[in-house]
Amino acid sequence: MLNPNGRELLKRIALYTSVTIAACWILAPIIISLLYGFASPEDYYDKYKVIPLHFTFKHVYELLFVLDSFRAVLNSLAVALGTIALSFLLGLPAGYALAKFVFPGKDTLKLLIVVTRMFPIMVIAVPLTVLYIRIGLSDTLIGLVLAHTAMSLPFVVLITSSIFAGIPTDYEEAAMVFGLSRVSSFLRITLPLALPGLAATAMFTFIISWNEVFIASVLMLVNRTLPAHILTMVTYGCPDYYKFAAISIMVLPAMSFVLIARKYLISMWGITIR
Amino acid sequence: MSKFNKNYKFFPPTILDKLLPYFLLLPTISYLAFFIGYPMAQAVALASSGPGGLIANVANMLADPYFYEALTNTLLLAAMIIPLQVALALGFALLINTKFPGYNILLYILVLPLTISDVAAGLIWYSMLSPYGFLNKFLIDLRILKRPIYFFGYQFKRMEYLAIVITEVWRATAIVFVIILAGLQMISKEYLEAAEVFGAGSLQRLKHITLPLLKPSLQAALIIRTLFAFQVFGQVWILAGRDVPVLAGEAYYQQVEIKNYGRAALYSLIIAVLSMAVGWFYIRFLKSTYIEGG
Repeated sequence: MLNPNGRELLKRIALYTSVTIAACWILAPIIISLLYGFASPEDYYDKYKVIPLHFTFKHVYELLFVLDSFRAVLNSLAVALGTIALSFLLGLPAGYALAKFVFPGKDTLKLLIVVTRMFPIMVIAVPLTVLYIRIGLSDTLIGLVLAHTAMSLPFVVLITSSIFAGIPTDYEEAAMVFGLSRVSSFLRITLPLALPGLAATAMFTFIISWNEVFIASVLMLVNRTLPAHILTMVTYGCPDYYKFAAISIMVLPAMSFVLIARKYLISMWGITIR
Repeated sequence: MSKFNKNYKFFPPTILDKLLPYFLLLPTISYLAFFIGYPMAQAVALASSGPGGLIANVANMLADPYFYEALTNTLLLAAMIIPLQVALALGFALLINTKFPGYNILLYILVLPLTISDVAAGLIWYSMLSPYGFLNKFLIDLRILKRPIYFFGYQFKRMEYLAIVITEVWRATAIVFVIILAGLQMISKEYLEAAEVFGAGSLQRLKHITLPLLKPSLQAALIIRTLFAFQVFGQVWILAGRDVPVLAGEAYYQQVEIKNYGRAALYSLIIAVLSMAVGWFYIRFLKSTYIEGG
């Protein structure tokens, strides 16, 4: 039988072993694949070099500028920024309404918005192609922005509503007592206080659009966004080192945003789920 | 709401004030109504187009062996992946909930895959599992393997399946983890302490207190994962292409490669019907929590 100290020690060893395993399970594939993206082909195809030792930017460079991924990155950026703009324009007032007003039908409307988040994107994408051909939006960035907004709007509404709900209504009321109109008290009191949260929301909207592949590859055949471009490249076959080089271009921007917005990380993903 | 009652002293609400929230919600509601209503109607129209109408199109689809494969693969992958994710996420959440020193760092690491797209996750695991990938080289180096294990290519379909399962468990466990962790943190410490006082061991506490109280979160996690499992696409397409057909993959293939818009619409409608069936449970479940919340 172990004495209490020995048991405590054993418990601690068990704890930190499981912590290490959990961290490695997530981190190891990310780190290794990023390393492989910069590995020289000789190192990659050498079966005795488990971890590459010679690195090169050649593949990332060629992927960007020879295989045309740079244009895809620009398309992805434009679509993501457009999606943020449009979904904020539409979603911010709705989020504010859900946070600050009590009105009949509120719960139903909120539930409706939650449910649309669950709607499969395949049904949005496939029929839109036909509509877009008819109205001249096919293969345009605007067309994709419209579709991505439909996908991210429920998310923006629910998150901004929880951000606005976290800002005491008293402040706005006080401003109104001192003679500000409803609009200017919102613009001068609530909005500045909500700004950090809204910035984080914008980052998450960016990630949603940046990562989305199905709608993008169905709607855009020429002006492909990054994930759609990579998907076609892989489908039609390309050397492994270009596939690995693609990982860092796709993953690093989104991951760096998370480091910036980490304070909001858990609560946000929590909100979108509920 | 009491907060708003104070307001009435100074600003008695006008008709306009009462309508204001609806005005604010109108753009969102109408946008969503259009971008869900129109495609739904158009999808039905597309699926019914052609000489034989809907029935002939469905009959054609049913004659396609890829349809059965896609349907069974989608359901089978969900059935394999989701239990693993829930078990793993529960383990992670319990680990984090011990609040050991430095638990925050592990928390950030565990939610990192939330930012990684399905395509990128597919590529990441390709770099791990390919013949010259990390795992094969590592195991050969340790002399555990003589020859690499092949995961990719039509003749290794079962291994492609395994690669998809690993990728999906790696990538999407994070969302289950976040839901379960939120649920865990809502459980009052007092219940657990009381049980401890009465001599319940840690396993007993887990079984009789934590898990029953976690039921709503587990349900929510299960439903959400199921909905997204029906839409599985990017990682499957990267890792296996059409070797492992799935519903969304067939929708993509029919739409982009074959230009058979009717068939693609049918596939997307099947995903929608499956989702709605699950969503119906979700609404019922949500309603019950609304009532409980008062």
